[in-house]
Amino acid sequence: MNSTSSPVSAAQSEPPIPLGTRLAEWMPKLVLAPSFVIAFIFIYGLMAWNGYLSVSASRLLPNYEFVGLGQYVTLWESERWWVALKNLGIFGSLFIFFGMAIGLLLAILLDQKIRVEGALRTIYLYPMALSFIVTGTAWKWILNPGLGLEKVMHEWGFTTFTFDWLINPDRAIYTVVIAGVWQSAGFVMALFLAGLRGIDDSILKAAQIDGASLPRIYWRIIIPSLRPVFFSTLMILSHLAIKSFDLVMALTAGGPGFATDLPATFMYTMAFSRGQIGLGAASATIMLATVAAIVVPYLYSELRTKK
Amino acid sequence: MSAASTARPFDWHRVALWSVLLLFALFFLVPMYVMLTTSLKDMAQIRDGNLLSLPTAPGFEAWSKAWSHACTGVDCSGLRPFFINSVLMVVPAVLVSTLIGAVNGYVLSKWRFPGSEMMFALMLFGVFMPMQVVLLPMSQILGWLGIASSIWGLILVHVIAGLPSTTLFFRNYYVGLPDELVKAAMLDGAGFWRIFWRIVLPLSTPITVVTLIWQFTNIWNDFLYGIVFSGAGSKPVTVGLNNLANTTTMVKEYNVDMAAAMIAALPTLLVYIVAGKYFVRGLTAGAVKG
Repeated sequence: MNSTSSPVSAAQSEPPIPLGTRLAEWMPKLVLAPSFVIAFIFIYGLMAWNGYLSVSASRLLPNYEFVGLGQYVTLWESERWWVALKNLGIFGSLFIFFGMAIGLLLAILLDQKIRVEGALRTIYLYPMALSFIVTGTAWKWILNPGLGLEKVMHEWGFTTFTFDWLINPDRAIYTVVIAGVWQSAGFVMALFLAGLRGIDDSILKAAQIDGASLPRIYWRIIIPSLRPVFFSTLMILSHLAIKSFDLVMALTAGGPGFATDLPATFMYTMAFSRGQIGLGAASATIMLATVAAIVVPYLYSELRTKK
Repeated sequence: MSAASTARPFDWHRVALWSVLLLFALFFLVPMYVMLTTSLKDMAQIRDGNLLSLPTAPGFEAWSKAWSHACTGVDCSGLRPFFINSVLMVVPAVLVSTLIGAVNGYVLSKWRFPGSEMMFALMLFGVFMPMQVVLLPMSQILGWLGIASSIWGLILVHVIAGLPSTTLFFRNYYVGLPDELVKAAMLDGAGFWRIFWRIVLPLSTPITVVTLIWQFTNIWNDFLYGIVFSGAGSKPVTVGLNNLANTTTMVKEYNVDMAAAMIAALPTLLVYIVAGKYFVRGLTAGAVKG
């Protein structure tokens, strides 16, 4: 085109680029800039600000006097923080284990050419559409010692059945696990099912012709090939566990006492009702570091493999 | 395999398979059944029956109480004001965050420039970061902007916090659109915005629905921002429900608690029932990229 019509190419090679063209070149960057600047301030700016609060003397109000690592020393000497960490260990490992186990089991079973698969999938997944506050409120009633599950079992003839986990400081954290798994297992199922559907059928057919049994095919071929899905599910469930807040607030409000505190509820209590802003900021920084240690390598590998 | 096995008269594998599937269906459905039946009982029926018994005289008294005159702390006007706050908050927050996400995704996929991939990666961490780190500084910023404890403050926080996910959704979707579409339009003299409005946006219906539903569900169900950044007149429905269910000033009315939980759950549940396919796509898109 350029070779035939010389006026066009002459206009293109004109030394001063017209303002309109220059604006058009900059347009993508200009469009991206405002929301990215705001988002980066929100993510990294506030992260740094929170980091500074955690080394300041802030208590009821922000106070920018630098006190070094004093807040962190207080944090790691706090019995309540250790309870929160221990609970996160219990809750996190059970939540991840049962969420993955139930999710994988349901995905494999649903993948057996089930006639009403769509309906079952809808049932397994609907809790994910609910707020954790709704889930917590419902399970608090179901697990109610006295009028809840206990009464059902008594009326069914199991008169010695007691279920007081909700108000038992040693057991209450397990009620959070039950409600959390109930809410999230369907989500894990959806992830694994998507993974299963992506497996090449011809490999399975070949294995079947070789006479491999179905469990063996799953154990040796299918489950190993789901490794990337395992990995991303693990990432998602663990960062959900670390951030868990709503469910505990609705189910036990961290109680009895602070027996079911998690880092997120600890942070909230310190920062917003105990007037310990510096301590709350320090605990938030620890949470951030933990999530970053898990997620950053994951994001790095995801983005690198894509190129 | 299943074709061969169904030929047999009685297949234990199939029976076991179905029992497990149905048992889990029960596990997931029972809490909803309990919520619904409890909300239709009065307190006498709750004391006489048990969790699983059907209401003997179903009625909507608990629902109307939960909606308009149940007590949340000292205030006794039910869940209605909280519900209205949530609607006022969720509509603009969802629309704005989705629109910005669409434009960002368009630039990051079709108008890449040196450094844009890096910016995207940095943005992506916002999807995963624990929001606890922004709570304290953000409440101070909202105070400076004069929108602390207001619905405007909540909208702002939800829009910003939603940008990483909406950008991610649209960017990954637009990467799949052929670049030739954009190049052909550029040769025809179409500019940045014209290509976006005339070519890219009309092709974006599926991802727009996914993003709208995703943002709606997340923002409606949010509790953390709701409890930290709202004031007396701007608390969203999740905070209202939590206050209602944890008010201990009088005899506990479990039927009202359950009715309130149902009311708070209905909007997202309806969306899930109507457009579950898109909801699931959002869930898996947020998890498995590319």
